[in-house]
Amino acid sequence: MEKITNQKAWLLVLPVFALVAFSAVIPLMTVVNYSVQDTFGNNAFFWNGVGWYHELLDPSTELGGRFFASLWRNLAFSAIVLLIEIPLGIVVALAMPRAGWGVAFSLVVLALPLLIPWNVVGTIWQIFGRSDIGLLGWALNRLGFDYNYVANPLDAWLTIIVMDVWHWSSLVALLCYAGLKSIPDAYYQAASIDGASRWAVFTAIQLPKMRHVLVIAALLRFMDSFMIYTEPFVVTGGGPGNSTTFVSIELVKLALGQFDLGKAAAMSIVYMLIIIIVCWVFFTVMTNAGQDRKSAGGEP
Amino acid sequence: MARIDLVDLAHSYNGAGADPASFALKPTSMTWRQGGAYALLGPSGCGKTTLLNIISGIVQPSRGKVLFDGKDVSALSTQQRNIAQVFQFPVIYDTMTVGENLAFPLRNRGMARADIEARVHEIAQLLDLRPYLARKANRLSADAKQKISLGRGLVRADVAAVLFDEPLTVIDPGLKWELRSKLKVLHRALDLTMIYVTHDQTEALTFADTVVVMHEGAVVQTGTPQELFARPDHTFVGYFIGSPGMNVLPADVHGSEARIAGHRLSLGRSYGNLPPGARIEVGIRPEFVHVAAPRPDLLSAAVERIDDLGRSRFARLRVGDLRMAARVPTGTALPHGTAGLVFDPAQIHVYADSRRVEGTA
Repeated sequence: MEKITNQKAWLLVLPVFALVAFSAVIPLMTVVNYSVQDTFGNNAFFWNGVGWYHELLDPSTELGGRFFASLWRNLAFSAIVLLIEIPLGIVVALAMPRAGWGVAFSLVVLALPLLIPWNVVGTIWQIFGRSDIGLLGWALNRLGFDYNYVANPLDAWLTIIVMDVWHWSSLVALLCYAGLKSIPDAYYQAASIDGASRWAVFTAIQLPKMRHVLVIAALLRFMDSFMIYTEPFVVTGGGPGNSTTFVSIELVKLALGQFDLGKAAAMSIVYMLIIIIVCWVFFTVMTNAGQDRKSAGGEP
Repeated sequence: MARIDLVDLAHSYNGAGADPASFALKPTSMTWRQGGAYALLGPSGCGKTTLLNIISGIVQPSRGKVLFDGKDVSALSTQQRNIAQVFQFPVIYDTMTVGENLAFPLRNRGMARADIEARVHEIAQLLDLRPYLARKANRLSADAKQKISLGRGLVRADVAAVLFDEPLTVIDPGLKWELRSKLKVLHRALDLTMIYVTHDQTEALTFADTVVVMHEGAVVQTGTPQELFARPDHTFVGYFIGSPGMNVLPADVHGSEARIAGHRLSLGRSYGNLPPGARIEVGIRPEFVHVAAPRPDLLSAAVERIDDLGRSRFARLRVGDLRMAARVPTGTALPHGTAGLVFDPAQIHVYADSRRVEGTA
């Protein structure tokens, strides 16, 4: 069919462009603007070109050292959290009841952590883990463990990881549960007729059918954990030392603590690019298996 | 490989204490011969899938027993019963190739690798799946996927029976014919008991040696396609099988004479044994009534329209407020207005409360 040329259609997307411009593009451009300038106060700015970027991406400088240290810390945190929450979410979803009153009950219980504001989650665990008055910290110390997240980096990491698992595993579980519920009964009946073991049912039916929700879950959890700020800030404040200073905490220190707007702006841009690139690569790789199905056109 | 006996089997989805009239499957006893090709035929919601799922063990019956070769298997799981079932929509293990899909039931049962290979190739050959064995199953068309499902049902040689639950619903009409005849060939080649559930009479009559017709949760007749056509035991069978269905007309029957809408019709046999108080009807297939020019000694009917089915033509008629159909013999001018009806007395059946009554000569 002949394509009709009609430039008026652009007018229809104009409102969206305007909205996105005001909510995202223009603020982002001010950050770009800061990242290529330096200031010594008095609202006087000087052109610095890509100087900040050079410094940021060179680990031997003070700025680059701080950035890469927090970046590796953050990537390690995201990796650990994903490795725990995804399998745990799957296990929880598999164990959830399929019918009866237990469904509503477990959905509500699982949704509870998700409804709590992030700084409240931080506060809960901050108090919970304290060795003097916190139930967890006190109990662990009474049991003979030398647990103190304020002084010991390993304890601080454990606390933050357990907190994140507590806070977000439900999200993975709920998504997986939705994926499991969408599998028609005939699949289970067929598997039982084919004599499949429980493990074979999981690997041959449940896991493949959950693949799409798992991609979503992993993406959401990666982005969220990579941008984590509030909870560790409330619990450990980035300490002890710098041991739980993640990129966002480092960024806030730089921008609001030291008021180094240029450095902070450059770090923001790089931080954002990393998130976008990782998510893009991840999404492309994980959905590639779905692509070849489309080309065959055999989906009923 | 087994003879399957159903003993006083009944099922209600609301528990055994529910009102018997609401049972999805009313008390049924029957026997399925080893190696037979059966069709379970009936409209949607008549309980045929329930019956099938009880045989395979997916549904536990509220009452009664299922025997395989005389052994009670009611308490056994689907796996232990060693039954194969093919569902209405294709069930494919997405991550596996076509070959792995076919091998799956055998692998789960710990068969030797070489034997699996041989059997998978045999079945793939029969279903024309050979070229696809190494392909990922989820990249194929719906037709091919259903063929894989069929293949997984047929791949085990030692199953007690293979059950098909409307397996050709998603298949293109053209391929339906092909697959149906293929199933028939497979049945002969593999010597398996096959039970085929469908609501399509053509499918049932072409596939099966024995057709079991179900209606409102009960089996109303079991027989060969010829028996179902020539001597329907229940008015429902007459109506459901055949196109157009059997004419069922309320009548007064005395001895060997029936009175329909005031017209006297002589029957081939005598019916002195009709239960008193029962609703009496006579049934005759449209193939055995033909229209003629109106005559005083013929039942006269108003012609509503003519259906031309290509090889035969049927007139849709009205007698008083009764509707019926009759054959228009070839070479006859198309009737319009009023026509007389000529009945073949040997093909008239008499029904009391919907059940056929045997006449005496």
